[in-house]
Amino acid sequence: MPPKKKSHAAVEVDDVGMEVDAVSEDDSEEEARRKTKNRRAKAQRKPKRVSDDEEEEEEEDEAPKRKARKKKRKPQDSDEEEDEEDNRSVKSKSSKASRKKAAKEESDEESEDDKKKKKNGGKAVSKKGKEEQNDKKKGNAKGSGGKNKGGEKDKKKKNGNSSSSSDDDEESMSEGEMAALKEEVEEKKKLIATLRNKPWRMQRRLIQLKEAQEFVEKFEGALGKGKGRKWYAYKVMMTKKLIKFKRDFENFKTACIPWERKIKEVESHFGSSVASYFIFLRWMYGLNLVLFGFMFGLVVLPEILMGLPYGSLPRKTVPREEQATAMDYAVLFDFNGYCKYSFLFYGFYNSDRMIGVLKFRLPLSYLLVGVGIFGYSLMVVIRTMARNANEGGDGAEEGQFTFSWKMFTSWDYLIGNPETADNKYASITTSFKESIVDEQENQKDENIHLRRFLRVLANFLILCSLGGSGFLIYFVVKRSQDFAERDNDELSWFEKNEVEFVMSLLGLVCPPLFETIAELEDYHPRIALKWQLGRIFALFLGNLYTFLFALFDEVTAKLEKEKSIKNETIWALNAYYANYSSFYNTTDVPPPDVHPADVIRGPCWETGVGIEFVKLIVSDMQVTYLTILIGDFVRAVIVRFLNYCWCWDLEAGFPSYGEFDISGNVLGLIFNQGMIWMGAFYAPGLVGLNVLRLLTSMYYQCWAVMSCNVPHERVFKASRSNNFYMGLLLLVLFLSLLPVVYTIMTLPPSFDCGPFSGQEKMYDVVMETIENDLPSFIGNIFTYATNPGLIMPAVLLMVLAIYYLNAVSKGYQQANLDLKRKMQMARDEEKNRRNNKDSTNQVMKDLEALLPNKSLIPPPTEEDELEVPDVVVEKSSKSPKIKPGAVANGKGVNLQKEVSLAASNPRGPVTRAPGPRGGNARGPQPGPEKGRGRSAR
Amino acid sequence: MQDCTFFTRKEILRLHGRYHELAPHLVPMDYTNDPECKLPLALIVNMPELKENPFRNRIVESFSEDGMGNLSFNEFVDMFSVLSEMAPRELKAIYAFKIYDFNVDNYLCKEDLEKTLNKLTKEELTPEEVELVCEKSIEEADLDGDNKLSFADFENMITRAPDFLSTFHIRI
Repeated sequence: MPPKKKSHAAVEVDDVGMEVDAVSEDDSEEEARRKTKNRRAKAQRKPKRVSDDEEEEEEEDEAPKRKARKKKRKPQDSDEEEDEEDNRSVKSKSSKASRKKAAKEESDEESEDDKKKKKNGGKAVSKKGKEEQNDKKKGNAKGSGGKNKGGEKDKKKKNGNSSSSSDDDEESMSEGEMAALKEEVEEKKKLIATLRNKPWRMQRRLIQLKEAQEFVEKFEGALGKGKGRKWYAYKVMMTKKLIKFKRDFENFKTACIPWERKIKEVESHFGSSVASYFIFLRWMYGLNLVLFGFMFGLVVLPEILMGLPYGSLPRKTVPREEQATAMDYAVLFDFNGYCKYSFLFYGFYNSDRMIGVLKFRLPLSYLLVGVGIFGYSLMVVIRTMARNANEGGDGAEEGQFTFSWKMFTSWDYLIGNPETADNKYASITTSFKESIVDEQENQKDENIHLRRFLRVLANFLILCSLGGSGFLIYFVVKRSQDFAERDNDELSWFEKNEVEFVMSLLGLVCPPLFETIAELEDYHPRIALKWQLGRIFALFLGNLYTFLFALFDEVTAKLEKEKSIKNETIWALNAYYANYSSFYNTTDVPPPDVHPADVIRGPCWETGVGIEFVKLIVSDMQVTYLTILIGDFVRAVIVRFLNYCWCWDLEAGFPSYGEFDISGNVLGLIFNQGMIWMGAFYAPGLVGLNVLRLLTSMYYQCWAVMSCNVPHERVFKASRSNNFYMGLLLLVLFLSLLPVVYTIMTLPPSFDCGPFSGQEKMYDVVMETIENDLPSFIGNIFTYATNPGLIMPAVLLMVLAIYYLNAVSKGYQQANLDLKRKMQMARDEEKNRRNNKDSTNQVMKDLEALLPNKSLIPPPTEEDELEVPDVVVEKSSKSPKIKPGAVANGKGVNLQKEVSLAASNPRGPVTRAPGPRGGNARGPQPGPEKGRGRSAR
Repeated sequence: MQDCTFFTRKEILRLHGRYHELAPHLVPMDYTNDPECKLPLALIVNMPELKENPFRNRIVESFSEDGMGNLSFNEFVDMFSVLSEMAPRELKAIYAFKIYDFNVDNYLCKEDLEKTLNKLTKEELTPEEVELVCEKSIEEADLDGDNKLSFADFENMITRAPDFLSTFHIRI
């Protein structure tokens, strides 16, 4: 590294120079000064003073920065540190002295003249410096000792020269000069700081840097020093650390998102629409994990740990007549036998108000968790929707440069792994295809009337088929109720399973039918997907409806049965008591000593409902997995391998490979979640089951998609916010909330099973807790709160709040639109302006300069070496005036100006070679972090 | 040197190590005599950081002084400095422009875009699609209506791109 090497040499030179400093005195310099004395008046005196003060303040700011830079360097070049310290101390002394003097001798006229003189001297020295620099370069380059020595001599001379002059100047340096000097130094520093941002060739930059550094080194010592550098350095260090930490944390956070890689892979091959399903699945998994945490932590675990063990109570024991088959696989698979009397279901839980040493109120907790699951889900869904809406809203710039951005910024230069690169290629291709589809949709100009007619027709057809299937479902359910009243034996198999049959038939026929009809509409695939989702959703609602209907029939039947059993048990108990007391002639009757397995018990309808839900989920899971296995995997295998010996091309022709069915899968997921919400109250184990299901289906479906599906014909981009899915989910959540709340509020719980046994209604637990465990005033408050007189105003208030918020949001929307329009206008204006004015001239020039140079010699260097000396002579006297903006323009002529600036005042009080602090003057921006690892994405 | 790049001394040394590694017999370890040495394109392009990049040849070419892809160490450091995280957007934009400017005429014309696109997608788009995309992107970004993108157009477009900074950098 040439510059570094040089710097070491320079340190030595510098030291020598310092020693020589005090002794040597340059005569010629003195003479020159005398000659030019009295040539200038004190005209510019006053204004300069003001600026001087300002400058000083700036200097104070600047100084800490310098120190900070130094700090940064320290660990790296501890060997140079000592030298530096020495220099610094000398410098600071002299500079202080000079400043003091400058302040004192305000009225000294000579100072003004000095300036002039210095300029002249400066010219000379600058040339010298220039030569010397070149010499040094050459000397280093060719290693010719003589030249190098010559350079050193030069150096010494110069050092002596300038330092001696500085000694003189201590009496004579004026504020004006100081200001000018400072400005120059500032400028150079700025140049150094921004040099790395200049699009120049390295060679040119190096040269510029050296010049600037030399200048700064020479003069900055003469200027101010500030306090608080340590603090500044500390701050800089901390910001650097903080940035690094933030980045690490960011990396860690992304690493923590599960399946990110998998989904990205799917996305790169199948487009964002398919990926949106998996993202939705992942979101659902997260939600279920939290629900599972609630359910397991607050209900299941306490009951298992602190409740009574299996076999201690009738509700926790398999009845005698079932015990023989309770362990059979078929029975267990139907969730009967041991499963039925396990913690998976509602019936297992005891109705003791408090359990364990912690006095855990299990029934209360059960109720609150059951309701809390809904509350939490509702909150999360709505919050996600709001966030998505926000994200979708700010896309003002969206769509302006879609293709250009894709073209120029889609490749991630970090990719260093062949597999990732392949994925990236695929994903870029897909994303281009997505955009092309969008674009084609925009470009399409067609017969609007025909299109409208077709769309109306399609909607009409679909409404017809929906209505037809709705009626069919209604009819079939009605018939099944009729059948249910008849005897089981006289019904045929078809009549018994009519409902299921019709339902699955509808589910099989309707979606493809809808899809076919939707072809008529010719929507953009993204919109088409939404319509498809909505329509199938309506169809599935029928499914839900029949299921709930059947369930409620069952529940009412069970309730009747339970009532009779309850009466029976009470009667039996009474009879037992009567017999016992009459037999033993005593009034304190011990409870009947019956083995828990033999106790007569009710049907426990809650457990029944729970079993239904669990069965449904399991069968749904089986069906889904089997469909994937057969519909996708086997099909793919057949198509792939039978293709060699078949009459037509299977891959291109009829069966082909399957496409990923987004709408079906999303709806499956949503309805599955609805079942979970409904069933979780009756079967606490259901949530855990669902977590497992989502986990497996994530891996399974990812595998299936990647291995046996082909991308859609028209890959389309998913809408940025998948609020449509969320909206459907919200609807299902609401629908599933209704029956559960209804059962909690109205149906009486079973008398002999579950945490609410013995209560009139399930919510009585809450009342009981309020009455018994909380201070009475809370009970009072509760009574007041439930008072209709208070509820009505509250509802009124809410309605008002909704109205108000609605109005506000409308106002914001309006404002948004206005702003967007304004932005558009501003953009147009800018466009026009750009067309008229060639404002980027400078950059263009830089670009030209960057064009490959066949001669291999950097043009800037040539310029420097050839032209500089002449120009300097001409311009040096007025150089301070041209300064502003020199850095900004930074090319060609300016370059020469800067050279002249650098030379304009050679009498800096302290002389230092440019070398040792080669990297000191770093910009204020955070330096590059060390130890940054490479990473492939 | 530090002031010319966004690297610390340590990093520059490390870079030199890498540079040396590429061709141990060509690159000397000490620069006291300042020997002239340049590494050919083929060697640099094989660095793991660049190996998978579809624009690797262009990157190296645009940073080399002779336009043929031969890099001296200074240029080598310069390249990674511009591609480092710390480089500002404007600087990156300038070099990105040069990289995408395949025929080195200081304009991104249609052929440049086509080449870019084909490199990005491994030529998996049909010619019509390529045509469409190129036309669209010129239409989007071209402000002065000359059917090619000047640097001003490019800069205007790229400074608004949300992920330009995050994608246009190489960590080394």
